Amino acid sequence: MLSRRRIIQLGLISFPAIHPIARAPAANRDTNDSELASPPTRPFAAELPVMPIAQSVPSLDPPSQPDPVSGEAPRASHQRWHDFLPKMFYDIHQMEAQHSFHPDLPLNTIWGFNGIFPGPTFHARYGEPIVVRFHNDLPTNHVGFGIPQTTTHLHNGHTPSESDGFPADFFDSGLFKDNHYPNTLAGGDPRETLGTLWYHDHRVDFTAQNSYRGLVGFYLLFDDQDSGDELDHNPRAFRLPSGEFDIPLVFADKRFTRDGELLFNPFNLEGFIGDKFTVNGVIQPFLKVARRKYRFRLLDAGPSRFYEFLLSSGQPFILIANDGNLLPNPLTVQSARLGVANRMDVIIDFSNYRIGDQLFLVNRLAQQDGTGPTGELLNPGTPILRFDVDRDAPDHSQVPSTLRPLPDIDLSQVVRTRRWVFGDDNGGWTVNGKFFNVNEVRAAPQQGTAEIWVLQNDGGDWSHPIHIHMEEFQILSRNGQPPPPHEVSRKDVVILGPDDEVRVFIRFRDFLGRYPTHCHNLVHEDHAMMFRWDVVP
Amino acid sequence: MTRRTLLASFLLAPFASVFSRQRAWGDTTSPRAGPRAGYFPNVVLRTHENKPVRFYEDLIKGKMVLINFMYAKCEGLCPRQTANLVQVQKALGDRIGRDIFMYSLTLKPEQDTPEVLRHYANSHGVKPGWLFLTGKPQDIETLRRKLGFVNSNPARDRNNSKHIGVVLYGNEALDRWAACPALTDASEIARYMLWMERPRNPQA
Repeated sequence: MLSRRRIIQLGLISFPAIHPIARAPAANRDTNDSELASPPTRPFAAELPVMPIAQSVPSLDPPSQPDPVSGEAPRASHQRWHDFLPKMFYDIHQMEAQHSFHPDLPLNTIWGFNGIFPGPTFHARYGEPIVVRFHNDLPTNHVGFGIPQTTTHLHNGHTPSESDGFPADFFDSGLFKDNHYPNTLAGGDPRETLGTLWYHDHRVDFTAQNSYRGLVGFYLLFDDQDSGDELDHNPRAFRLPSGEFDIPLVFADKRFTRDGELLFNPFNLEGFIGDKFTVNGVIQPFLKVARRKYRFRLLDAGPSRFYEFLLSSGQPFILIANDGNLLPNPLTVQSARLGVANRMDVIIDFSNYRIGDQLFLVNRLAQQDGTGPTGELLNPGTPILRFDVDRDAPDHSQVPSTLRPLPDIDLSQVVRTRRWVFGDDNGGWTVNGKFFNVNEVRAAPQQGTAEIWVLQNDGGDWSHPIHIHMEEFQILSRNGQPPPPHEVSRKDVVILGPDDEVRVFIRFRDFLGRYPTHCHNLVHEDHAMMFRWDVVP
Repeated sequence: MTRRTLLASFLLAPFASVFSRQRAWGDTTSPRAGPRAGYFPNVVLRTHENKPVRFYEDLIKGKMVLINFMYAKCEGLCPRQTANLVQVQKALGDRIGRDIFMYSLTLKPEQDTPEVLRHYANSHGVKPGWLFLTGKPQDIETLRRKLGFVNSNPARDRNNSKHIGVVLYGNEALDRWAACPALTDASEIARYMLWMERPRNPQA
């Protein structure tokens, strides 16, 4: 048992059992009765699930080809197929299933990759191109939020357009589609190595509903440095915590009816905020940890919430990656802020705790609606995940002081500057005053060139996490100033707070075709805050 | 189980999930009520043809619908929206009024009598199957909030001239709902509307 003194030392005593957001809405807010407080659930009643690793299959039937095969949804021919001949194959089925969010709630109908939420975690490697056959086996007679048509996007993937899960490339239940993931370095540059990616449904206008229903999973990419082996004898290997000590954590806030049924409000155009915090599909779970270092890969899966995480014990995080990309050097940070789709990889060392100690991962960021964070930092905040230090374990991992250098920013390659202003127009969401139109090509950058994109929030009190597909960018400036240390990184989602203006350097390499840029508040995205751009020869 | 009840249970099987969902939205008015019976009020509105209609039972239940808000004297967004939705109606042809229904609710029910709305509909070339609707101000306000045509910022929300310029599209039988800007390309909105259908042939 913990002594009372020890509990106080760890900062555990002040947390209310029920999150304060469960209080009644303030009087001046819209009181839409579809967003009442969820039923109570006991915190830390269930163990954190860790997703299974996706297993490859020896072959696909029929075999995957550059052009669509029998039973496959329409798509363009796979580009550069022969340059990146697939070496591994995966057969993934999107299915309806029953899921327990919490032992105090009834089972709920979810949609999951292979019928689980979150879906299986891919372990992919550079130099090993793969094909993932995504079968849409969702029920056509489904009643409730979600539409049984899907297009799976590998978020952060340097992926050919026809395999990118373009929002309009959705297909019906009964069909499948082969996504070809080359697992290749952008421009062949090892400094462009990706690490923590995720995959999710991207069906136009229904991304919030379908991903909230459960179509979300991790995709981890390893190379000879970030090799996923803390015992690696390769002298170049980073030997970061690996195996059972490398744990992806997906955060998704949910809401439930008074009967405990998963609830989404389709009649809310600003953003949907849950009052239950799930981690890997379970509300406020606990995780038994050993007295050693862990790598946690934090992902905000939305639909609309921002987080600021810290540890209840006051111990800082060692931040090693932003948006899945290892930083030049680890950073010691007291907290980590994530917008929807952001990832942060952090090292937590539990070796200074005693067996029996408990500490919490806490969210401090107050948010009431889709507008964005209120700016208030809650004290003490909401404990979302409890770590129970319960054993010793050998630790062969290390956190090197030097990780991955950044690619050069060569401004002489820049051929033009484009400004993208993210705003709203009478309830719809706009980019440069226009709504998403899948047929309108808003930019056609030439392959092999670089551009500066100025991403600007047009004001009001909104926050927008802006995501660019296919290529990562580096931030040149944020509101005229150099980016803060944690944003000196390659990135694929940048948070635009009210009136923020962020200039980024971006290149267009390796693949041609159409890609979107959009707000990753999934509700904004579904209401037209997106534009199409095409890489042209 | 008799043959008759066995048969009945087979016939009802497709609705089982609909029934089970009613609990989520509380009370329902009849055993055949759809998934949003407990959510949408059954308030009585008047059409531009001056007919009384119950919102849920007559307009929503079991139907594919396209819904927006407007008011007749609006000189800003509404005329352009209405003109765009006329093109949507054309694109969907005789399905409008048969299995897809269009509704425009007034934001200013005090001004927009059925006669005013009839004149508005006629002057915009609106065809049958698309109803302009007015009613008691408090009922309209309830519907506006239920349908999500609100801005969480109270000051912006009070400014009717900047009202929410989206169309809601959905199919109550499937409890499937989405929305897009009302000025989206009309051909696109028509296509979106057809996404709301229960697929007849999933391979198609």
